[in-house]
Amino acid sequence: MKIAVASGKGGTGKTSVAVGLALAAEKSQLLDCDVEEPNIHILLKPNILETEKVEVQVPRIDDLKCNYCGDCAKFCQFNALFVVGDTAMVFPNLCHSCEGCIEVCKQNAIVYEPRCIGEIFIGKKDEIDVIYGLLDIGEALAVPIISAIKKKSIGEGIIILDAPPGTACPLAETVKDVDYCILVTEPTPFGLHDLEIAVEVVNQLGVPIGVIVNFAGVGNDEVYKYCKEKNLPILMEIPFDRKIAELYSNGIHFSLEMLEWKKNFSRLLKKICEVY
Amino acid sequence: MKVAVSSTGNKLESMIEQRFGRSPYFIIIDTDTMESEIVSNIGTGYAHGAGVGASQFLASKGVKAVITGNLGPNAYGALRAAKINAYTNFSGTVIDAIEKFKNNELKEFSSPTVPSHTGTGNTVSGRGQGRGRMR
Repeated sequence: MKIAVASGKGGTGKTSVAVGLALAAEKSQLLDCDVEEPNIHILLKPNILETEKVEVQVPRIDDLKCNYCGDCAKFCQFNALFVVGDTAMVFPNLCHSCEGCIEVCKQNAIVYEPRCIGEIFIGKKDEIDVIYGLLDIGEALAVPIISAIKKKSIGEGIIILDAPPGTACPLAETVKDVDYCILVTEPTPFGLHDLEIAVEVVNQLGVPIGVIVNFAGVGNDEVYKYCKEKNLPILMEIPFDRKIAELYSNGIHFSLEMLEWKKNFSRLLKKICEVY
Repeated sequence: MKVAVSSTGNKLESMIEQRFGRSPYFIIIDTDTMESEIVSNIGTGYAHGAGVGASQFLASKGVKAVITGNLGPNAYGALRAAKINAYTNFSGTVIDAIEKFKNNELKEFSSPTVPSHTGTGNTVSGRGQGRGRMR
């Protein structure tokens, strides 16, 4: 059972929900797919058992074979290759490793070589296996790290994926093959705006959606109207509560101190597992 | 000599666009004849590498100098490889920029991360500093 927790808007409480579900399960795997700013390990403090470098393949041009025809640069949709006069340059941080340049090069002047763009960490906290990744500073592509995290998951039992904020490729990579997606939002115009975009993306991926409203009590009722209109079930409301915020700021998940919330997450998890 | 200016609009009186790769237009001017060509930049829609793409395009047009607001490291590297001089930190109109360029009043961009970048005779210190003034 793979459940992704996503949002669109940042700071709505994805990590709180993801950790709440993982703690409520008897045994679970928790994958932090926000590789630009992972934070599950800050909350759970797992013992790190293993680390692994993540490499991508990028082109290298053999100057002895290259005739500077520019076909590779013309082909590359990401402008990772630049050819002018008798100079051919590679901008490795723009490369998406599609190997198209190798295909179009008539001189066979391009070979691929590995380039490290980040690292993944595999750890354990009680009955939760925690896997998270970290994209190197200055790198643009989060997707290969997310994909490496997902490959480390054993693929059975309860798997919770904490998605990155936003609605672009990193979200799609996280959500694309899960069984269910929880979208966490807040009842504000900004929360609604990003929820709508996230719903569109997740719908296209064919993944069923449920909504959790966090900070319930602030803002307005537009999020509720939208969910009703789109037939999106509201799975849970988490109130705008000073105690929850205080615990979070001390690195303690609120379900560990406010035990009724452990029950709430447990019930939610059971409900999702029964239906999907 | 062909000079390209990143421009917010399609006129010589338009203001310079501060972004290079995602500039809506490039106005390419031959400083000998003052003939100009206005091209809309397809790079505004690139997800990545707009600066490199724009450099590739301008190199294919035979441009030898670029006047713009800001230049990222990728675009800087590409322009340098193409032996195109870059003049940055300019604000003002396109025609103003061209006139300042012709009077050698613009300061050439040299990135602190790129060592041993020597000027090509257009670097004039103390004057201009690339800040255009509206006339």
